[in-house]
Amino acid sequence: MSAISVRDLRKSYGTSEALRGISFEIKEGEVFGLLGPNGAGKTTTIEILEGYRTRDGGDVEVLAFDPERAGSAFRERIGVVLQHSQLWPNLTVAETHRMFAGYYEQPRNVDEVIALVGLDEKRDARVKTLSGGQKRRLDLGVALVGDPDLVFLDEPTTGFDPAARRAAWDMIRSLRSLGKTILLTTHYLDEAEQLADRLAVLREGVIIREGTPAELTGGSSETEIRYRRDGHDVVVRTTEPTKLLHKLTAEAVAEGRELEGLSVRRPTLEDVYLALTAEHRQ
Amino acid sequence: MRLFRHQLRWEQRLFWRSRESAVFVFLFPILLFALLTAVYNGRIDGRPAPWVLLAGMIGYGAANTAFAGLAITLVSRREIGILKRIRATPLPPAVYLTAVLVSIMIVFAIQVASLFVLGRLLESTPWPSHLLSLVLALALGAAAFAALGLAITGFIRSLEGSSAVLNVIVLPMAFLTGSFGPTRHYPRVLRAIGDVLPLKYLLDLIKGIYLHGQQLWDKPLAIAVLGGWGLFGMAVALGTFRWEPREG
Repeated sequence: MSAISVRDLRKSYGTSEALRGISFEIKEGEVFGLLGPNGAGKTTTIEILEGYRTRDGGDVEVLAFDPERAGSAFRERIGVVLQHSQLWPNLTVAETHRMFAGYYEQPRNVDEVIALVGLDEKRDARVKTLSGGQKRRLDLGVALVGDPDLVFLDEPTTGFDPAARRAAWDMIRSLRSLGKTILLTTHYLDEAEQLADRLAVLREGVIIREGTPAELTGGSSETEIRYRRDGHDVVVRTTEPTKLLHKLTAEAVAEGRELEGLSVRRPTLEDVYLALTAEHRQ
Repeated sequence: MRLFRHQLRWEQRLFWRSRESAVFVFLFPILLFALLTAVYNGRIDGRPAPWVLLAGMIGYGAANTAFAGLAITLVSRREIGILKRIRATPLPPAVYLTAVLVSIMIVFAIQVASLFVLGRLLESTPWPSHLLSLVLALALGAAAFAALGLAITGFIRSLEGSSAVLNVIVLPMAFLTGSFGPTRHYPRVLRAIGDVLPLKYLLDLIKGIYLHGQQLWDKPLAIAVLGGWGLFGMAVALGTFRWEPREG
């Protein structure tokens, strides 16, 4: 079953084409990452799927609804974290959750949601006293209070410190284990690699690559070996890393020197992503 | 209906919890009334000054609460993304806006009641005699100002500028239409400007009913002009009201 199905989606703002015919499917229970640089069309895509924007062309189905025409029945089943949005500074964390819970037919227990997003200790704190990361967790809690089947997360960890990002990732993983379908946009490659079951890389309104993180990185068979010699960095790419490494270390041991700063690494998603977007630029 | 009651309860809580709205929207006209009655005494247009100022301050309160207060609330919610966020929930937009409007009407009603009580305590002003006419007149006035408040949000681009813009409209309007005292001695051009403003006609209704024992239906012209401003506000609001912030 597809939770989201998009075929040949197009959208222009004035004369600039934000989306030039993109297609993808997201299965129920899947975490799908939409990855790309700023201005690639990620937010336009997610906002069309959420029902905020109309499309110029193509077919879109979200939970079997057309979001452009869908009403309350559709909104009962989605949860939304917007890229930039704040909540009422003078309400407490618990009050904000209770207010949103009242909008849904069958909301989740507010205390459970607050615990799920790790704000138990801030339950009775005013929203204006929360840190940036805590506010973002509040956004997520409010998105989950209606017990949605599908959650949209538009750049959920932008501006987080590393610890807060790890915590957010754990939360998103726990959502997946609840069986929620998640559409996530991000420009952090490690985030997409860590969280997404499948990814689409978007650039200038076109999907230039789609697959699992392993498929995207697995396309390249080269391994990179790096070390320092006489104060210079040496970088070698090889398809036979075992052989090359053996040769290098044997030489170094024979000459009685150290391979300073030795590292062996597989190309990361970042390398693939940069190579892909660079290819496209030419 | 359940959703409406839910939202209305939270709107009231939000209003009274915010110091800015409780002080500037609710308390300010009441403080101004206390100040003005301390300064003016004697009679204005043949009536005791405190009675006239009470009528004037109720009119100013309608503009300050239903127009400026409502507009600032909506612009600030729009610019920080709350209106957009609400649109992603099952709460229907019409229910949301109705609850916001009814909530601000409740604030205005409490404000009017407080003004009458304060007038009574400080200056022995009388209770209104034609209560039904007065309530209907204030409901019409507040509705017209609320429609204009909705309309103007489309023209205010940022939260920072909003209270400045609204005060530049509301304070001169109150001054030109006689909220703070008689306009008889104003230059002709200022009186002519005052004569087209909606507050002038709301004050006409309030003064007619409270000071001169008239009924609402004795004032068809004022009803028509206020209603016209309200419909104009509604029409503009339908074209310009936005739920989403300007993209940064």
